Amino acid sequence: MAKSLKTIALRGTAAAFVAVAGVSAQAAEITYVSGATGAAIENFAALVKPWEEATGHTVTIVPMPSSTTDQFGQYRLWLAAGNGDIDLYQTDVIWAPQLAEHFVDLREAAGDLVNEHFPSIIESQTVDGKLVALPIFTDAPALYYRKDLLEKHGASVPTTWEELTATAQMVQDAERAAGNSEIFGFVWQGNSYEGLTCNALEWLKSSGGGQIVEADGSISVNNANAAAALELAASWAGTISPEGVLSYQEEEARGVWQTGNAVFMRNWPYAYSLGNGADSAVAGLFDVAPLPSGQGHGVSAATLGGWNVAVSKYSDDQEAAISLAVYLAGAEAQKARALNESNLPTIMSLYDDADIAAQQPIIPRWKDVFLAAVPRPSAPTRQDYNEVSTLFFSAVHSVLSKEANAADALADLEADLQDLLDK
Amino acid sequence: MTQSNTKFAGLASGKNLNLQQKRIRSAYVFLAPMIIMLVIVAAWPLFRSISFSFTDASANTIFNGQSEWVGFENYLERRVRANGEVRWRGVLADADWWNAVWNTVRFSIVSVTLETLLGLLVALVLNLEFKGRGLVRAAILIPWAIPTVVSARMWGWMLNDQFGIINHILLSVGLIDSPIAWTAQPDTAMLAVLIVDVWKTTPFMALLILAGLQMIPRDMYEAAKIDGINPIKVFFKVTLPLLKPAILVAVIFRALDALRIFDLIYLLTPQSGSTMTMSVLSYREIQQFGDYGEGSAMSTLLFLIITTFVLLYIKLGRLNLGGETR
Repeated sequence: MAKSLKTIALRGTAAAFVAVAGVSAQAAEITYVSGATGAAIENFAALVKPWEEATGHTVTIVPMPSSTTDQFGQYRLWLAAGNGDIDLYQTDVIWAPQLAEHFVDLREAAGDLVNEHFPSIIESQTVDGKLVALPIFTDAPALYYRKDLLEKHGASVPTTWEELTATAQMVQDAERAAGNSEIFGFVWQGNSYEGLTCNALEWLKSSGGGQIVEADGSISVNNANAAAALELAASWAGTISPEGVLSYQEEEARGVWQTGNAVFMRNWPYAYSLGNGADSAVAGLFDVAPLPSGQGHGVSAATLGGWNVAVSKYSDDQEAAISLAVYLAGAEAQKARALNESNLPTIMSLYDDADIAAQQPIIPRWKDVFLAAVPRPSAPTRQDYNEVSTLFFSAVHSVLSKEANAADALADLEADLQDLLDK
Repeated sequence: MTQSNTKFAGLASGKNLNLQQKRIRSAYVFLAPMIIMLVIVAAWPLFRSISFSFTDASANTIFNGQSEWVGFENYLERRVRANGEVRWRGVLADADWWNAVWNTVRFSIVSVTLETLLGLLVALVLNLEFKGRGLVRAAILIPWAIPTVVSARMWGWMLNDQFGIINHILLSVGLIDSPIAWTAQPDTAMLAVLIVDVWKTTPFMALLILAGLQMIPRDMYEAAKIDGINPIKVFFKVTLPLLKPAILVAVIFRALDALRIFDLIYLLTPQSGSTMTMSVLSYREIQQFGDYGEGSAMSTLLFLIITTFVLLYIKLGRLNLGGETR
């Protein structure tokens, strides 16, 4: 019975394909799916307008939850089922190895555009020689700090986690004593989700604690530096950070920061333009610095983020979808994103662009930070990355919420990772 | 023998049936669409889910049929590492699973008990004659009418540690001296979920119990009144025994819902180990990790647990009922 149903379904799809193919020679309707964070969805119509006018095609955007974990589950299901409804996917930098087989190779279509991008980013989206997705912006987090408050209390911008802890406590105490009862020292992302993997990877790497699973596949997470870094982070919730930081994602942290209730914040560059917006209480009062390092390690670490576009192998309008992907990854669209949303471009020449430097000064300054950014272990762990990340952020969360001490949690995590990866 | 032959012929041709046989046959004809629907939407998915639990099906093999039979490995597997160390794997050896079972059981017992008691109280009040009773009855149903997604988000904001109204109220009355991060702290997360679930589901229990209350004949109360029996005794000797069947049915509906709770917990305290239930864990295994084999094994175990519970409950419930009719 299953077989005959399948045949019927296949015939139906084939008929639909023929019907659509007949029309698509003139004008295609491209469906683009993307998570909704900040103002990206509102700005999207204006962003693709030039492409729609040039080609005569139209684009429909399907907004998804902003959590990358939720998006991934849904996309993988659609792709595994060979669903042709979505033509173009906005994909996270960590997904390429897991979804490669479902996407079209874009190397030929992109042509010379590939050489305009930073080679390391193109490399991250290449799986076994196939260019799975084209980068549209990259991400590397920053330490946001309140210039006015640091100046008022005679503190300098911290370069180590220990300094950050002390400065945040000092400013918070002084401000509270002066009647500012809602102020907190430091807000970040402590919810148990992919974002905590990013935060915690930064604490570990910048303290000489490795990067969970190294590039060669060896599990390095169980070490004394990593444990010390987690113990320090566990001391923040309830002292310099609100108790609720353990349920914060990016937008909750930005909510506290943008209402003027935090001295420091760890967040991605998108918060820069929003923080300087008309409705922000901190407009003009803050600046950004690279994240601190810890335990005398001296080298800061920023988790590499970033988003790309990939064309579904099952799309009925592959040609139009590829053309849109190339447009979105090109200089014109990336410049618009940089100006409107302070997203970091992946095209090298845009870092010398005068308009961008004038409107979003963070961008030219951030070139070196993201070039040195640490990738999450998605390449060595491939299909198991999601489970690795979940095991990691669950272990970290149990330390932060003081259910376990760091040394025990990391030892258990190491055993769980061995079980998972030794197949 | 001749008789049975004619009977056989009669059955095959559909003629010469007595009235009872005809009735039974037409009953099956009328039931057929329902049975076919149930097979398609319930029995077939259930069978698929159980059969996936014995394979290594993953997100990449689920649609192309390349998954392989692995027996009980998803449930329990003994694995010897290269260094000779023995590790047990599979759902039954997974601490997360047992944590989820405990969370689910804890949540179900506490929430159903509270909802039954509060629902009974509300139903007794609503059963009284008072002015504006219709309005109150409608108003009390509002929490039940709001979709769970909306009420979970709404309570999420109200319980927020920075700008939530609950902390604001507790702070201004002086019950606490610093805001509580209800949904983030492991020791209050379950409490937060219970508060929202009780708020949401008490009206449902009240409604079912109220229906039972109204079935009780008025003359029984009148008789008790004439005999001068005190109201508390009336409640325990008349109301409660007669209400028992209605309460038993209401409890079983609620318990079934509580044992497979997903939406509220997934929205209010995502990924929190202290509230993760069996359904949430199986969703995570399937949707986020793409491990259909192990996720289906979890669903199958959840199905077995619920079935056992329901069968046990029906059996015990019937025994009690039988005892009372004597």
